[in-house]
Amino acid sequence: MLFSLSRVTCYVSRKVNMAFEPKILGIFCNWCSYTGADLAGTTRIKYAPNMRIVRVMCSGRVDPQFILKAFKDGADGVLVAGCHPGDCHYIEGNYKTMGRIPILKQMLTQFGIEPERFRLEWISASEGDRVAEVVNEMTAQVRKLGPLSWKSATDTKDFK
Amino acid sequence: MNEKKPEKKSAKPPKEMVKLTVDGREVEVEKGSYVLHAAEKLGIKIPTLCYYKHVEPYAACRVCTVEIKRGNKIRYVTACNYPAENGLEVITYNDRIRTIRKLIVEFLLARCSKVKILRDLASELGITESPYGMGEEGCILCGLCVRVCNEVVGAKAIAFAGRGIDREVTTPFKVDSERCIGCGSCAKVCPTGYIKVASTEEDKIVHRDITLGPNTAIYVPTMQAVPNKPVIDTTSCIYFRNGKCKICAKICPTEAIDLEMKGETKEIDVGSIIVATGYQLFDSHKTMQYGYGRFDNVVTSLEFERMNCAAGSTNGKILLANGEEPKSIGIIHCIGSRDLNYHEYCSRVCCMYALKFAHLVKEKTGAEVYDFYIDMRSFGKGYEEFYNRLLEEGVRFIRGKAAQVSNEPIYPEEEGKLVIRCEDTLMARVRRIPVDMVVLCSAIEARTDAPAVARLLTLCHSKDGFFAEKHPKLAPVSTAIDGIYIAGCCQGPKDIPDTVAQASAAAAQAMSLAAKGAIEIEAAISEIDKDRCTGCRICNDLCPYHAIDFIAADKVSKINEALCKGCGTCTAACPCGAIAAKQFKDSQIMAEIEGVIS
Repeated sequence: MLFSLSRVTCYVSRKVNMAFEPKILGIFCNWCSYTGADLAGTTRIKYAPNMRIVRVMCSGRVDPQFILKAFKDGADGVLVAGCHPGDCHYIEGNYKTMGRIPILKQMLTQFGIEPERFRLEWISASEGDRVAEVVNEMTAQVRKLGPLSWKSATDTKDFK
Repeated sequence: MNEKKPEKKSAKPPKEMVKLTVDGREVEVEKGSYVLHAAEKLGIKIPTLCYYKHVEPYAACRVCTVEIKRGNKIRYVTACNYPAENGLEVITYNDRIRTIRKLIVEFLLARCSKVKILRDLASELGITESPYGMGEEGCILCGLCVRVCNEVVGAKAIAFAGRGIDREVTTPFKVDSERCIGCGSCAKVCPTGYIKVASTEEDKIVHRDITLGPNTAIYVPTMQAVPNKPVIDTTSCIYFRNGKCKICAKICPTEAIDLEMKGETKEIDVGSIIVATGYQLFDSHKTMQYGYGRFDNVVTSLEFERMNCAAGSTNGKILLANGEEPKSIGIIHCIGSRDLNYHEYCSRVCCMYALKFAHLVKEKTGAEVYDFYIDMRSFGKGYEEFYNRLLEEGVRFIRGKAAQVSNEPIYPEEEGKLVIRCEDTLMARVRRIPVDMVVLCSAIEARTDAPAVARLLTLCHSKDGFFAEKHPKLAPVSTAIDGIYIAGCCQGPKDIPDTVAQASAAAAQAMSLAAKGAIEIEAAISEIDKDRCTGCRICNDLCPYHAIDFIAADKVSKINEALCKGCGTCTAACPCGAIAAKQFKDSQIMAEIEGVIS
């Protein structure tokens, strides 16, 4: 049988694509963690490309709804990153985050979302290497856990 | 500032006057005053021992005896309690009076020949020895202490007891009296110094010769105080303790003292605040090895500074606790600073004031000065040159932190002295230096109420307690909150030139804020939708900038656009989604999430 070249490549690429690559959402606060991630970039540190970052001004802005939406939309993991306690640019925003996230985590565990999929980290503006470390670590963990598939499990016409 | 001035007391009704003649000169005094006052008004001095302006005259000493003539009757009476009358003729000094006075003084000397004021009076009259003997008593029985305690203080703790030779001033039944409030008025008014105020616990004289603080309940804090007005310490003031005395109010010529005045709390609306709450000195009692509080002649830098001040208790003389001049002084740097046990930071000003002290000691007393330092931090204009000058003045600098101050001598030259045990790193030896006095350069530390002030104004502070500036290099006087500025030692230890510079900067920034007439607001701030807000007020306490107020009339919360910084914490917390964080709305972030995850 003579296959055209494009078909052969098509088969080959699909086979390669069978390995699972997790999609991880990162919600980073503008002043510390986002700047830290920026530093990782300018210093050309290589780290896993699975983290997609959304910027907020303060980790205190993070509404539990965002995390739920992320999982619903197909994220396999969510990382919330903020300033170290005591260093928040807005003085005490991260203390509120410190209060909200653990409660949400307990709730998510009850939904069947493993605790390793949802993480809270404190990263300062000078810790570019820490960003790389955390992203790599989390990606490896989530990859091992496998896809969450919440989207397909919960997808109904009523959900928006 | 609108201050309510106390209403002036109504004008007194005109007093009745009496006219009399003293030493041939006519004088008019108020009815009810005594001959002594009439003489005083003319500037004629009559000696007294038991007279005190603010208590009733007692005429115990009889020294003020004068000759009076009414009609043609001549009598000898005590001027302090003889009432001034119309037509009275008074002679305050003639041969007869001199004889009488001499006799009186000789009688008094027979009881108290060692008392200084009596000896002074005796020498004025030419008496060296009394024919009636020379007694050794210290109390001249003038009764001033009794009268002050009864009339002025109102404690009535002491009185005369006994008669004749057994007469003495004592407490009821000669036991410790609970009525004594320890005010020390008796000791203050005693003309001979016989009465002393002592502590019952340690049997120690409390009223020391050298006091480094105020001596009276009403005092001007320092000669250079601004405003230069006296204050009343209500914990020691007799009026506030038992309602009596009020001498200060009585004698003030402008009736400026109102003891009924109460503190007021005022609410003032301002646009900017400059925090300049200063510092406090490290409590040198904590570093027990240096003997502060145990040895009389170990003082802190601030106490030494006060001693040197010409307006201080020693009029600027450098003296030991017993009143003698010291022959050697040791100045120890870094007490509580550069010390992992207390404060790791350097207090910045101590090296320079230690040099100043050394220079003053050399200038005033010529005593030996030993300066124990770790580093010599002479960073400013002319500072290093001053240090070099001191090297030439013969001040002995020892590089090594002093370990201990002890009063236990080992060698004969250490007897009666304080021994500073130190390491001399340049000589690589441990040394013992005997000195008469030790000055401790105590650390500048943040005040104990600094965290409370910080909480009040939402200021950040570092772990050593000083308030945090917005940026250490580019914004040294601003804070995270717009409109609140910090200046001086509350931000960190610094000396006077730096404090003045910082204060000017803070003032300039505060003024420019006011002068602009308008302020720039952040674009990315939060806003509350009035129609969705249920008035639950969860957001009110969340805001670190106090930007959210509850409007009681509308029963909704409102964000002050000028104060909001746009962190979005309130937005995340609002249970009904009434708050929108501009540029970072829920819908915007949700859209981003959808975009990156799909």
